Amino acid sequence: MPLIHLTNARVIDPASGRDAVGDLFIRDGVFIARPSANELAAAISFNAAGLVAAPGLIDVHVHFREPGQTHKETIESGSRAAAAGGFTSVVCMPNTAPVADSAGTIQLIKDSAARSAAVHVYPTGCITVGMKGQALAPIGSLKRAGVIAITDDGDCVQSNELMRRACEYAKMFDLPLMDHCQDHSMTVGAVMNEGAMSVKLGLKGWPNAAEDLIVARNCILSEYTGAHIHMQHVSSRNSVEVLRRAKSRGVRVTAEACPHHLALTDDALATYDTHFKMNPPLRTEEDRIALIAGLRDGTIDILATDHAPHTPDEKDREFDLAPNGILGLETALAVTLDILVRQNGFSLATLVDLWTRKPAQLLKLPAGTLAEGAPADLVLFDPEAEWTYDASAGFSKSRNSPWSGQKLRGRVRHTYVSGRLVFADGSFSQA
Amino acid sequence: MSWNRRHLITLEELSLAELEQIHNVAAAFKKVLGRSVKKIPALRGKTIVNLFLEPSTRTRMAFDMAAKRLSADVISFDAASSSTTKGETLRDTAENIAALGADMIVIRHNCAGSPLYLSRILNIPVINAGDGSHEHPTQGLLDTFTMKERLGSLRGRRVVILGDILFSRVARSNIHALVKFGADVTLCGPSTLVPESLRSLGVNVSHDLRSALADAEVVMLLRIQHERQTASMFPSLGEYTSMFGLNRTRAGWLHPNAIIMHPGPINRGVEIDSDLADGDRSVILDQVTNGIAVRMACLYLCAGGRPESVTPAN
Repeated sequence: MPLIHLTNARVIDPASGRDAVGDLFIRDGVFIARPSANELAAAISFNAAGLVAAPGLIDVHVHFREPGQTHKETIESGSRAAAAGGFTSVVCMPNTAPVADSAGTIQLIKDSAARSAAVHVYPTGCITVGMKGQALAPIGSLKRAGVIAITDDGDCVQSNELMRRACEYAKMFDLPLMDHCQDHSMTVGAVMNEGAMSVKLGLKGWPNAAEDLIVARNCILSEYTGAHIHMQHVSSRNSVEVLRRAKSRGVRVTAEACPHHLALTDDALATYDTHFKMNPPLRTEEDRIALIAGLRDGTIDILATDHAPHTPDEKDREFDLAPNGILGLETALAVTLDILVRQNGFSLATLVDLWTRKPAQLLKLPAGTLAEGAPADLVLFDPEAEWTYDASAGFSKSRNSPWSGQKLRGRVRHTYVSGRLVFADGSFSQA
Repeated sequence: MSWNRRHLITLEELSLAELEQIHNVAAAFKKVLGRSVKKIPALRGKTIVNLFLEPSTRTRMAFDMAAKRLSADVISFDAASSSTTKGETLRDTAENIAALGADMIVIRHNCAGSPLYLSRILNIPVINAGDGSHEHPTQGLLDTFTMKERLGSLRGRRVVILGDILFSRVARSNIHALVKFGADVTLCGPSTLVPESLRSLGVNVSHDLRSALADAEVVMLLRIQHERQTASMFPSLGEYTSMFGLNRTRAGWLHPNAIIMHPGPINRGVEIDSDLADGDRSVILDQVTNGIAVRMACLYLCAGGRPESVTPAN
């Protein structure tokens, strides 16, 4: 393969501390530092002036619905949405049909990914059999089959005893537990944040206390067992505070925040639009501000989308009956550029760090850097380009995005996966 | 001013002038209901479909009656007989009704926001006959109509709504109307059913029955909705009654001319004692009667009827 030579990009690689206009070289799927003169002469070069070159983004929280719900998304369609959004590595949640609680299902996911995925796809396995919260899943077999974490995402393990044992057991395999923090007894029938808006709209409220309790429980169990527990899609101010205190004592907990929780509040629900319905729900302005503060001081470690496709028919329902979840992959970069960089003064390098080096480090993925010898996963984006996002013209099989039809700023131009240009200026290469 | 809404979805979105306009038209229709021939031809040739996807007796009968008094053809169906039990979506059900040539849909649904959703899909007027715990606009209109009939202007009047506010669409619609009419509204009941966040609607919240009822001119009782409640909201009906039930002693704390209201159905001996429900100060059956005139006004206006054709010019 000839050398690929990118010139004049603003190269941002938090892992190596690099943030300067310069060149990047890719050969045989990895970054190299100094090509020979002969190679350079034969290189395919691309002038990336005005663009940012960053490690391919990493999303540790996506739902690709395969196996079993492929009318919503497949590994192929979801991974294309990922590449179009600048993501080169994604971590799939196990709430498929059947749920990913056996080595066979993990193998099926890996086989499908090998055949059809546009980006690196990492599976997770369930914590409990059937994701029912009653008995431990075969965590060792899951690890051997290739999962990088275990989670009952969407169905938080309610039993403290079972969660404690899952922590102890998973620690033996050095597997992180990712938890969707929700006390079920406090959220029966709940469809939105509990507060002034839920009272006005007459919708059943999901109190932030139901999240805070489980975040606190997980901090306590992590400290007690020494296991790494990662809090998924933290949405509440108090949860951030609980995490801050635990981390200050050195407890092995981490957390992610989603673009929608940083950008939107429950005020958006005034018209019962199901494109704003997700779990955990959009909360208040104070919560939103606290999440941003948590990202700023490192209490929240990373960003993740919780990309959750549902078909138009499924979302076109009474609010109470519509499924939770929205798309995220194709809008995440633009939305976080807007909220974190332009509105809240985060540096571009910090944003890139939250999407690349930090998630790679958190899950020990071979990704998240442009350093010599690293897999050449790369995104080239124009941070200023304005475009109108049309979910029906996107690469996901579904269209359930609250940003559809809206003007966004910051657009992905090229995405390289293992040195191969998979996505360029709106379309996929034929390779 | 003229009426220019096609749908009646919430009282939250109506202006004071719109609320008054509905009341004026309702007052004119109420006179019609007192005549020996109780029917006018205002909606002759129109078909109104009552789509009741949650059980209802009073509201559905009142809408039926109101439509018939206006000479409309009425078709009513309920959840048990509808295709929704076969898995048909609300959109499909509603689009079929519209395709059959209905001129208006009155919808009762246990999911908040469903009438708004329908109004955005259909080209025919949609009237909300109660959506989950959200709003019940015609109930709020008939309740405030009844209050004004007895008390005149509601400005500065002390109105207490007592009971299960959290799950009550009746309370929400009344609150939005009463606040616009300038009433001084206090919500009272156990703290689990009357959360502090209700203050954001512009009302007082109290858990002390005695101070809440003191000198109130209206007390509106709400049914304790066992079917919507989990066991944790209050200990027992007996304890509810002992703490918040309206009895003769407690009614003595009210303003001497106070009226007692209840949207029904009543749990006698739970939220109100029978002798009060049936007593002189009770306007519970006036509420039901007024419900016909108020719903006639809503159907008439949303069907495009001109208010000046039925009310005296001023």
